[in-house]
Amino acid sequence: MTATELMQPDEQSTRTKSLVRVLARTLGIRLLGVLAILLVISFLTFSLVYLAPGDIVKNLLGNRPTSPEAVAAIRAQYNLDDPFLMRYFDWILNALRGDFGESIRLQQPVTTVLSARLGYTFALMSLSFLVALVVAIPMGVLSAEREGRASDRLASTLSLVGLSAPSFALAILLLYLFAMLIPIFPAYGGGSGGLDTLWHLTLPAVALAAGIGAILMRMTRAAVLRELQSDAITFARARGLPERDIRFIALRAAAIPIVTSAGLILTFIVGGTIIVETVFALPGIGSLLQEAVLFKDIPVVQAITLLVAALIATITIVVDMSYLLFDPRVRAKELNK
Amino acid sequence: MTPPKITPRTRMISITGKTKKKRMDLTVLLSGVGLAIVFIVAAISPLLIEAATKQSILDALLPPGSPGHLLGTDELGRDVLLLTLAGTGSAIVGPVVIATGSMLLAIIFGTLAGYLGGTVDAIIGRIVDVLLSLPVMLLAIVVAGIFGAGYWVTVTLLVILFSPSDIRIVRAGVTEQVPRPYVEAAQMLSLSRARIMYRHIVPNVWPLIFANLMLNLGIALVTLSSLSFLGIGVAPGTPDWGRQIADGRSVMADNPAMLLIPALLIVLVTMAINLLGDHLSERLRERGIQ
Repeated sequence: MTATELMQPDEQSTRTKSLVRVLARTLGIRLLGVLAILLVISFLTFSLVYLAPGDIVKNLLGNRPTSPEAVAAIRAQYNLDDPFLMRYFDWILNALRGDFGESIRLQQPVTTVLSARLGYTFALMSLSFLVALVVAIPMGVLSAEREGRASDRLASTLSLVGLSAPSFALAILLLYLFAMLIPIFPAYGGGSGGLDTLWHLTLPAVALAAGIGAILMRMTRAAVLRELQSDAITFARARGLPERDIRFIALRAAAIPIVTSAGLILTFIVGGTIIVETVFALPGIGSLLQEAVLFKDIPVVQAITLLVAALIATITIVVDMSYLLFDPRVRAKELNK
Repeated sequence: MTPPKITPRTRMISITGKTKKKRMDLTVLLSGVGLAIVFIVAAISPLLIEAATKQSILDALLPPGSPGHLLGTDELGRDVLLLTLAGTGSAIVGPVVIATGSMLLAIIFGTLAGYLGGTVDAIIGRIVDVLLSLPVMLLAIVVAGIFGAGYWVTVTLLVILFSPSDIRIVRAGVTEQVPRPYVEAAQMLSLSRARIMYRHIVPNVWPLIFANLMLNLGIALVTLSSLSFLGIGVAPGTPDWGRQIADGRSVMADNPAMLLIPALLIVLVTMAINLLGDHLSERLRERGIQ
């Protein structure tokens, strides 16, 4: 019987209520902090146009001819005669409504450009995350259970390779092996949709998954190892529980640090996606950013930076809250504040 | 007087996951020797740049194993072996500067935040929060790319971008040292705050700093070569591993060695750094316990 079952019904409901209150308070504080950070980031992102070397008008014109009319049009379009802070507020308000202006290079609204490419990046990220999850978690668990044996050493060495190899070196090696030497997979492009796209995404996803998998495997191994040595497991063994139940208890406790490493993994994915998409010429957000940076297409760069910041902020909050939901120790601490 | 608080030993970042007894095994020895050779090549590589960038259209795109060109040549007739050797400098020197530079910043600001606390801690903490809210890779690509930064500007940028996570680590280590009796003793001797911080506390967090330094060296190598692969931070034509891999893509069918060798070297050097770093920090930690 657990502690909750022992409690009186009304006692239990007050506990639930106060938990909700604690959750709301923590969420509120977190949200405020994250909003403040996003505000700073957005301000810095906005300043990018004005800090970039060269004349602002010329940068915004891109390759278009610099006639006096075009210059006047640009000044009017970007309200360049307004004070700096006012332009910032205009920009951020538009951005909140989903309007990031127009891409200098492509002469299309940034939102249109982004949404055309979001699908590929999302597919690539999900596929590589799935590959990493399916391979790394069982490998980490097995590795922890066979600590010090040959299979553990092999798994640890593999994850060291995955962690040390930069995504682009791995992508290039895969490209050479499986698209040049043994041409099973396509080398470039995003495919024509459906299964063909999946086919095109396989090599990039594996290249990206290696790093994520290595991190996940280490996290899992360390967490399971720590749990297996904990008092709870010793006690469970002493009670004579079957090994299957013991493994379940260890895994449940080990899940907390694994889930909360999501932020670290996301950071890794964002960097890796840019590289991998560039190597395999995939039409996603990562390669878009790389092109936009090289062509100084600042509105696109601003939009991507801000979106990534918002995405990471959201994940951070979710992870922080999941501590409260998953870990009874953290929850108890918050409740007794 | 309050009894001295016993704080748990600082947890170390272990990259190979080995927590067992010390063993000077073959892999560690090989990593050490290999890294020493790479560092020596990096040190003399500026002398090779002239020979490496010598073009000769007659010898363009020779395959590996050609007479006089062990690894063949690129489309401009440059010798790939010489190019790779000459590129060692920009692949290794930058990361060394990034790892040590960001750690120095971390020692200064992390110790200030951890020891002084209060407003100083709050200000440093908020700056760290903002910098950590975006991935280093993304920030580096955007800032270095938009400003068209050269090699040393990119390295400086990475020093700054690498420091926030180091500052957090050093701050945590220092905070843990502050309640210890030796700090109180130093305070009672009315030593200056700078002296307590940098002469008394910092040496005690040294194992933590060192472990992180090696970890950073590996990450910096990967980050810097990724950037130069994307064409950021390295001028066209400069010998550099990342750049060479990017250029080698167009001649992959004629001379695969041009991109395979530097790609393999980056992986091996990073692995060696991680293995050696883990081994050395383990030794330091053991010495710290005695």
